Amino acid sequence: MQSRMVELETRNQDPQGDHGPQERNYILSLHDVLMKKSILNYNGGCVVAMKGKNCVAIACDLRFGVQAQTISTDFKRVFELGPHLYIGLPGLATDTQTVLQRLQFRIKMYEMREGRRLKPHTLMAMMQNLLYERRFGPYFVEPVIAGLDPNTKEPYICALDLIGCACEPADFVVSGTCSESLYGMCETTWQEDMEPEDLFECISQSLVNAFDRDALSGWGAVVHIIEQDKVTTRTLKCRQD
Amino acid sequence: MATERYSFSLTTFSPSGKLVQIEYALAAVAAGAPAVGIKAKDGVVLATEKKHKSILVEEHSIIKVEVVTDHIGMVYSGMGPDYRLLVRQARRVAQQYYRTYLEPIPTTQLVQRLAAIMQEYTQSGGVRPFGVSLLICGWDTDRPYLFQCDPSGAYFPWKATAMGKNFINGKTFLEKRYNEDLELDDAVHTAILTLKESFEGQMSSDNIEIGICNAKGFRRLTPAEVQDYLANIA
Repeated sequence: MQSRMVELETRNQDPQGDHGPQERNYILSLHDVLMKKSILNYNGGCVVAMKGKNCVAIACDLRFGVQAQTISTDFKRVFELGPHLYIGLPGLATDTQTVLQRLQFRIKMYEMREGRRLKPHTLMAMMQNLLYERRFGPYFVEPVIAGLDPNTKEPYICALDLIGCACEPADFVVSGTCSESLYGMCETTWQEDMEPEDLFECISQSLVNAFDRDALSGWGAVVHIIEQDKVTTRTLKCRQD
Repeated sequence: MATERYSFSLTTFSPSGKLVQIEYALAAVAAGAPAVGIKAKDGVVLATEKKHKSILVEEHSIIKVEVVTDHIGMVYSGMGPDYRLLVRQARRVAQQYYRTYLEPIPTTQLVQRLAAIMQEYTQSGGVRPFGVSLLICGWDTDRPYLFQCDPSGAYFPWKATAMGKNFINGKTFLEKRYNEDLELDDAVHTAILTLKESFEGQMSSDNIEIGICNAKGFRRLTPAEVQDYLANIA
């Protein structure tokens, strides 16, 4: 992990920059920080989740890129972990895959051992552990969890940072390269107690309009609406630039 | 190294297929003070005899019924010092679970993990099996739980059971007295009566100990509360 970061830095060094031996020790140069370059933004992508009335929604874009270059436009970063449980893993694509695999392993072990379904809140705690175990060499993902409690059917959403600090708000959570735009969109469009249809409209408009203002995410979107008796998954047609 | 020869497990199979070390451990349990557990509709009760070697002992400084977490408690028959170690491990396991999943440990999970520890002590080098059987009671997912955990690492869910000295008589008594829709208060009475079956001398709040577990959690009854139950029986 460390060597990958350092390599990234040397490749992107400012040709005029006079990097002394001390400065080279930084993972990112000041220039990179000002340009908001981070391993988290290397591949691009974003995820958003929202609470509705007895339902939750989670959506992501489909771009997989390497910095400004788009490699593919069918990279899903939201995954089903149970009948009413989804997780979005925006960030470095390799870590998206690794974290998903390690998480699936832990969930399977948990469900076998305890003979019961995982609750969204328990998943959050698991995720916190998984991420914090790598406190000083983190996975570059900032997960978003959305689901319904298997017993109470209570809607649940939460977002974590890359070392597992969780945030469990009552309205919506955003994560990924266009999180600022997503905040803006969600803050204006989200309302309390939305029905599934309204929630779909709200989350789709928020996501599409947010990532259209971002060069690192977009190129299509997938939206999951999770209700007590069904989950609806829709793929959105979006502009391809 | 000469000591290596003795660092293997002492629990080895006899030609007939028995593990005599475990049978000796069970014998230590059967010689220990009686303990009773009964599951009721709305809770579980644990009760045990607490006889003292001398009248000079400070009765209430000796505690046998222990809290593991808010909603789980346990008691033992057998060797006191071995029990202390298991209580410490149980509390550790429970806290570890809570730290991992931010959720109180289910009773079944605690029992499984404790049983795994007890099993380890039948196979590891340099140790002996525990000389105790545990009665673990808990309340979660809106229902009561009662388990017995043996030195071999075997564990059983019970509706009601007795361990320790005279456990066979205790069980026979419970078989006659138990019914499915017992209330917690009745269960406490039955538990006391079961202990009384084999009790030598006068029963008092100084020489028995009772713990109850219901939706509100697990707690040890105060001597005054035990006294009230005893007064109702007489």
